[in-house]
Amino acid sequence: MNRNGMSASRASLQKGVLDKPKMKTSLILKRLWKYLYKFKWMLLLAAALSLGSNLLALCGPELSGRAVDAIHDIGDVDFHTVFYCCGLMLLCYAFSSAFEWLLSVVLTKLSQRVVFQMRKDVFERLTTLPVSFFDTHQPGDILSYISYDIDTVNTSLSSDLIQVCSSIITVLGSLVMMLSINPPLVLVFVVTVPISILFTRYRSRKVRPLFSRRSVKMGELNGYAEESITGHKTIKSYHQEETVNRRFQEKNVAGCDAYYEADYASAGMGPSVNFINNLSLALISAFGALLYLFGGRFALTLGDLSSFVLYSRKFSGPINEIANVISELQSALAAAERVFALLDEKPEVADAADAKELKVEDGEVTMENVRFGYRPEREIIHGLSLKAEGGSLTAIVGPTGAGKTTLTSLLMRFYDPQSGKINIDDQSIFDVTRKSLRLSYAMVLQETWLFTGTIRDNIAYGRPDATDEEVISAAKAAHIHDFIMALPEGYQTVITEDGVNISQGQKQLMTIARAMLLNAQMLILDEATSNVDTRTEIRIQAAMRELMKGKTCFVIAHRLSTIQNADNILVVRDGDIVEQGTHKELLAKKGFYANLYYSQFA
Amino acid sequence: MKKLWEYIKPYLLRMTGGFAIKFTGAIMDLLIPWMLSTIIDDVIPTGDMGRVLIWGGLMILCAGAVYAFNVIPNRMAAHVARDITEEVRRDLYSKTSSLSCAQVDRLTIPSLISRITSDTYNIHRMLNMIQRLGVRAPILLVGGLIVTMAMEPRLGVVLLLLMPLMGFTIWFISKKGIPMYTETQRRVDRLVQTVRENVVGIRVIKALSKEGYERERFDKINGDLAHQEAKAGITMAATNPLMNLFLNFGLVFVILLGAFLVNSGVTKIGRIIAFQSYFTIILTAVISLSRMFVILSKGAASAGRIAEVLDMPEDLQPELTAGEERDPKAADDEFIAFDHVTFSYLGQTPNLSDLSFTIKKGETLGIIGSTGSGKSTVVNLLMRLYDVTGGQVRIGGVDVKKIPPEKLHRMFGVVFQSDVLFADTIQENIAFGRPLERGQIEEAATEAQAKDFILERDGSYESMLTIRGSNLSGGQRQRLLIARALAGQPPILILDDSSSALDYKTDASLRQAIRENLSDTTSVIVAQRISSVMQADHILVLESGKEVGYGTHDQLMESCPVYQEIAGSQLGDGIQHHKNQQKGVTV
Repeated sequence: MNRNGMSASRASLQKGVLDKPKMKTSLILKRLWKYLYKFKWMLLLAAALSLGSNLLALCGPELSGRAVDAIHDIGDVDFHTVFYCCGLMLLCYAFSSAFEWLLSVVLTKLSQRVVFQMRKDVFERLTTLPVSFFDTHQPGDILSYISYDIDTVNTSLSSDLIQVCSSIITVLGSLVMMLSINPPLVLVFVVTVPISILFTRYRSRKVRPLFSRRSVKMGELNGYAEESITGHKTIKSYHQEETVNRRFQEKNVAGCDAYYEADYASAGMGPSVNFINNLSLALISAFGALLYLFGGRFALTLGDLSSFVLYSRKFSGPINEIANVISELQSALAAAERVFALLDEKPEVADAADAKELKVEDGEVTMENVRFGYRPEREIIHGLSLKAEGGSLTAIVGPTGAGKTTLTSLLMRFYDPQSGKINIDDQSIFDVTRKSLRLSYAMVLQETWLFTGTIRDNIAYGRPDATDEEVISAAKAAHIHDFIMALPEGYQTVITEDGVNISQGQKQLMTIARAMLLNAQMLILDEATSNVDTRTEIRIQAAMRELMKGKTCFVIAHRLSTIQNADNILVVRDGDIVEQGTHKELLAKKGFYANLYYSQFA
Repeated sequence: MKKLWEYIKPYLLRMTGGFAIKFTGAIMDLLIPWMLSTIIDDVIPTGDMGRVLIWGGLMILCAGAVYAFNVIPNRMAAHVARDITEEVRRDLYSKTSSLSCAQVDRLTIPSLISRITSDTYNIHRMLNMIQRLGVRAPILLVGGLIVTMAMEPRLGVVLLLLMPLMGFTIWFISKKGIPMYTETQRRVDRLVQTVRENVVGIRVIKALSKEGYERERFDKINGDLAHQEAKAGITMAATNPLMNLFLNFGLVFVILLGAFLVNSGVTKIGRIIAFQSYFTIILTAVISLSRMFVILSKGAASAGRIAEVLDMPEDLQPELTAGEERDPKAADDEFIAFDHVTFSYLGQTPNLSDLSFTIKKGETLGIIGSTGSGKSTVVNLLMRLYDVTGGQVRIGGVDVKKIPPEKLHRMFGVVFQSDVLFADTIQENIAFGRPLERGQIEEAATEAQAKDFILERDGSYESMLTIRGSNLSGGQRQRLLIARALAGQPPILILDDSSSALDYKTDASLRQAIRENLSDTTSVIVAQRISSVMQADHILVLESGKEVGYGTHDQLMESCPVYQEIAGSQLGDGIQHHKNQQKGVTV
């Protein structure tokens, strides 16, 4: 099997991330909005709370303005008005704070739900992606979608959304109040606000690509960290800690640089909006002085001017905040873009609309003229045909890299051939649902896979409804029961794939027990017992033969002792079947198989 | 946080520089309302428009300075944050790679990954935020307080009295928040673990059509995390409204108090107006501060997790005592010796008990035995990936505990049972960071029977492998790994069941190549196949962590029932053939 093509396609995939035309901001916002819209009632509640809290808070300066106006000079203070206004202010502020608190609670919950949904969507998309996706993407990079990108969106949503929500209303409210005090003075903002908006837009356009790069670099960093920590033991054994440290440091520097460059470019955004605000304050005082002196119809009192200044500060404060938030929002948008790009990855081709459930009776499997290459232009299975009678045991042997595992990938539809037919009991496997097809096989692979959970759950993975007795009898058949019972917590012991204290062979035995528990009609064993000692293997084989009775089996094995009693042995070489027959027939042929067979005693 | 402080310290000077600039900026920022109050109180009543414009111009100048004095330190801050994060992450990573296997087992790989990624992101965010807001906000706060105190001490006292109350509130909430964020990160670990398991096990999941089940499993973990995040978020969310409440109430009292003061002629109305402006500044500062405390709590939780790794003791250090001395117990000609070795991974049931053997330089030891009998454990102990619980392991007569790790590990070429290839070129996967000549690599590939398939690939030695070598077959992967082990011409070669995916023919050619080309090399070969160890000088037969046979093939065939059984199980009718071959002409 030669999947040479993958490297090139992977390189182009990775390049694709960088070169792909950027998703439009409006589209990203629209898709983010879709998430928010799911919780529209919470949004509405948040808006109402925000409105209430801010209106109440806005009454503050109005009331304080009235109180200040009631304070004239020595001995000339209208205490009645002052007390009245102050009392009202206390009330307003108390309610305002209460609403504000409720608002944060609602928005925190909202952002959590959105993020939950987003992670859920990403994960669900991952489970529908074809196997080829996982062969070409670093696990760490995939992790980065969840640990960096969604988290960035989350940070931004939970803190910034609150900020923006309350800011917008404060801004609008202050504007109304300022208009009511003195409309001409508001003209100052007609000049300064558009400047802020234009400037912010201009900057964000420059800053966004930098944040996209940051997301990509973080993904690469994550990818390398995952890959190298997985290989920790090997690295230690070759004393290559320095080498991986150096390489990680390269990724680290690249990641930090990308992070810094985005920060550097966005650093000006907040202060520049602040500058524009201060500018408007200066203009207001000059303009206000003019109005006070020569205002005529629009003349204002000093109390008015002080209220106006307060409101304009209230007005510019949030604008300042928003400007800060917008730079953070750029990183969120860049991250969201990457997340949406993953959500847009093509899933496994859907089952045909009229796909039926596969019905297995005899379990006869045929392949007719199957051609396949992981890259179409590099074919590795050249027009292969085979027939496995129902209930027969077919062994596939051949030198490494001959395409044996590829054959099982095709049977399971992990990959689809470029041409040719594969039938089970005369039903084309391309016309039935994938689920029914895959469930009709029990498969044990050379590479074990255990998930973090109890031993019982791991064995019963394919059939969670199995009784304890069934689980135990499967474990006994796989000769792993005694080992399990020797563990302090028996079947309830929690294990992990990376865990110690369980040898590779024992892991294989557990996956065999898992397969034994399935009621599948067909069986694929791909080097299932390669790390199990031969004595145990022979004992398991007895149980397996029991299990395989009446089932169609495909066995890939190097230990030829395992397959001597196969009904049909296919000898595969470079993607072609070069010999087939029973063990005896093939030995008599004195061909490739016989050669292979005798080499084990050489 | 204490650990993080050590990283921050060297940057204090640079940070102070930034702070100084920022400080100037903040002062200017504070000057603006003061100018405003001067304009309203003193300038406008004079009716001199020219002076109004001069003061207005000054304000704009000030605003410009505020801009410059914010952008520059923000960039400096971003740079400092970048540098500190880089160092923390670098040290965290190198510490991680220096951890012993037992420590990695204990921390778990997913947790280490999320500490290097997710937790360092939090630190980066925090460092950025602290510098951006952490200077400006306290300066605005303290400056605002000072100015108000100078302007009107009697009113300023109101503000001053509020400070301890607000400080206590923030302290109290953060104290509750930090453990919540620590728990959040713990749940992030589990999320990472679940996703990683799914990515790695996708074939099994698809084969069993368990996508639905995995989605449910993920939903639960995702839900747990989201719930915890919300819990922490809601706890922290109380800060902001409380700060608002305190300050606004303070403002009301200032007005009340001001009314009395103006009435008695102690102060002027313009001061109260200016006071209000400062109040707004202080309010904004306090809100910034409380926002910062959220990030600070999150960062403190992450810093704690990072420090936990950084503070791990250096495991498996060489024992300094007498240096590298031959042990008095060592025999003269021994090269590798296990001397009454007992070992247990978890400190419960022993995985190896009272194991002893010695081999001489250039000899080959085969290890065979049933699944879980402790074969790989022997390898782990020989390489000192774990320390023995009892007894002694010696190489060249020296206790492995006394050999410096860089020297110890350079003696080996090893292939583990489930060993890893990296997404890199074939050449690099074989060289694995060692300064090897191309010739040595090609030679190793040839000996490992990997040359043919490497040359068939586009780019041959330069061709890229995909993740974990997924574009190779199982046998091809094993041969590359073996090439890696052979390439350094190691004094000791260890192959832990690493030819299981090879067909017999390739396996035989491989063994022949090793015999011919590495005759000085001492080999330890763990195998399931009798044929792989048959020609070894010594064969160790293990059963449940105990030695049940030790000798040559022929000796064991005579004396060891377990070995006979294993041989019988494999050679089947072939055993006859094998015996015939051995007897040669006699048949």
